[in-house]
Amino acid sequence: MNLYAIKAIYLFEMARTWRTLMQSIASPVLSTSLYFIVFGSAIGSRMADIDGVSYGAFIVPGLIMLSILTESISNASFGIYMPKFSGTIYEILSAPISALETVIGYVGAAATKSVIIGTIILVTARLFVDFSIAHPVWMVAFLVLTSVTFSLFGFIIGIWADSFQKLQVVPLMVVTPLAFLGGSFYSITMLPPFWQTIALFNPVVYLVSGFRWSFFGVADVDVGISLGMTLVFMLICLGVVGWIFRTGYRIKA
Amino acid sequence: MKPLDSLAMPRPAGASDPIIAVAGLGKTYASGFQALKTVDLEIRRGEIFALLGPNGAGKTTLISIVCGIVNPSTGRVTADGHDIVRDYRAARTKIGLVPQELTTDAFESVWATVTFSRGLFGKPPNPAYLEKILKDLSLWEKRDSRIMTLSGGMKRRVMIAKALSHEPKILFLDEPTAGVDVELRREMWAMVRRLRENGVTIILTTHYIEEAEEMADRIGVIRKGEIILVEDKAVLMRKLGRKQLTLHLQSPLAALPPELRSGSLQLSADGTELVYTFDTQTQETGIAGLLRRLSEHGIDFKDLQTSESSLEEIFVSLVRERA
Repeated sequence: MNLYAIKAIYLFEMARTWRTLMQSIASPVLSTSLYFIVFGSAIGSRMADIDGVSYGAFIVPGLIMLSILTESISNASFGIYMPKFSGTIYEILSAPISALETVIGYVGAAATKSVIIGTIILVTARLFVDFSIAHPVWMVAFLVLTSVTFSLFGFIIGIWADSFQKLQVVPLMVVTPLAFLGGSFYSITMLPPFWQTIALFNPVVYLVSGFRWSFFGVADVDVGISLGMTLVFMLICLGVVGWIFRTGYRIKA
Repeated sequence: MKPLDSLAMPRPAGASDPIIAVAGLGKTYASGFQALKTVDLEIRRGEIFALLGPNGAGKTTLISIVCGIVNPSTGRVTADGHDIVRDYRAARTKIGLVPQELTTDAFESVWATVTFSRGLFGKPPNPAYLEKILKDLSLWEKRDSRIMTLSGGMKRRVMIAKALSHEPKILFLDEPTAGVDVELRREMWAMVRRLRENGVTIILTTHYIEEAEEMADRIGVIRKGEIILVEDKAVLMRKLGRKQLTLHLQSPLAALPPELRSGSLQLSADGTELVYTFDTQTQETGIAGLLRRLSEHGIDFKDLQTSESSLEEIFVSLVRERA
């Protein structure tokens, strides 16, 4: 195991995070704060409780998930896309490192950043609305698992993308709708029965539901299923990453 | 095709174990383009090897395969005894690469990027060594500057510093002095020589023949994905490097007088030119004697010119000859 290499990639990526502190941490925190002010305090105060949870508190897990999904994907995809774009990837390819080590470095750094953002949003949310966390250990587990899984997904997108436009299209056209329709702002039980069934095909539903369960002990779907679906998605991403490195897809002639 | 030298020249003792051995290497890209046909090549320990070839001959593909950036289609390569595919960790640790394109990070500092490179190649931190490299490359003052603020020549040196950061035994320089001014080119040549003195084997590709002429111990010529020649530079220059004196005669000659006939003096087909070929390496060229004998025979000339076959001409004739 080339631990020095993992550390080098990890620190390189984290340095990028600190260097772009404003856009990488401050902006998701700001936009989420706006959600809390608008939906949590202003509109939320006029809305009925959901599953015995005040609306302002109800959307906290969903909003954290929304940020983590988009941040994980954009950070991890950008992290691997940039060396491809600038050509500096030659150094990664010519270094004595395995695919696994490369992924640990890049995905580890992207996931770390997501966890940091999630935590900051959590603390910020506490300033706006009152809530408590029923299962803190599971909360952290879901936070980390989701960050890692979607950083892997972002890594795949970063390798697949051969233009900045493609880099943007999946987060924008696929992930944002899935996240908004995945129950970030509502319980899927509020949907008509037909749309409830459709919603079950949305992987984000399971993430948000499981994460919300760790806060309030209530969930749209069973927490075991949530965990299982998240793990399945992670395994799929790992499989794809493994295939990418085996075949050299889009990185090696 | 086998490199010529392995047939013609006995290898000096101690060099029997090549630092890089390329055997039957071929590469066909997904587009169907065959960049390398069958390449066999051995690089000796501690030498400076210049790989010459026209654009698209396969120089960069060959280097990219050895460094792990491109997958080979056929054949195998060992670096310092380690197979570059099966034993890639050990092989790649020995190799440093300075690619042709100026590809550097933009926002990182010089110090951060060389520290990164060293770690990437699995070496524990060694600030003293990195300091020495940066000082050698006149980059120490710039260590805290962002790479994007540096000039092209400095960026090139940053790439060399990155390639040297993990103390490689083999250094690939792909067109190291392309777009580099004369002074910096001289500096880089001096640096390459210092590296060689420290036991680093250097393989460079270049368009500048004078660079190969100046630097290389041995020269390989690659054309259309095949190595067509590998030779000691001195031998190559001696074998193929000739100087010619051309005399434009006042009046055409039907034939050379018998006393003047020799392999080194040729009369052109129309009888208006005499071409005298002589060895550049010897002290005695025989020009004075030739001119004296010509005037003794009453052969008058109106003009004369000399031309020396540089490595460039040798190279051009080689590439044409076998086209």
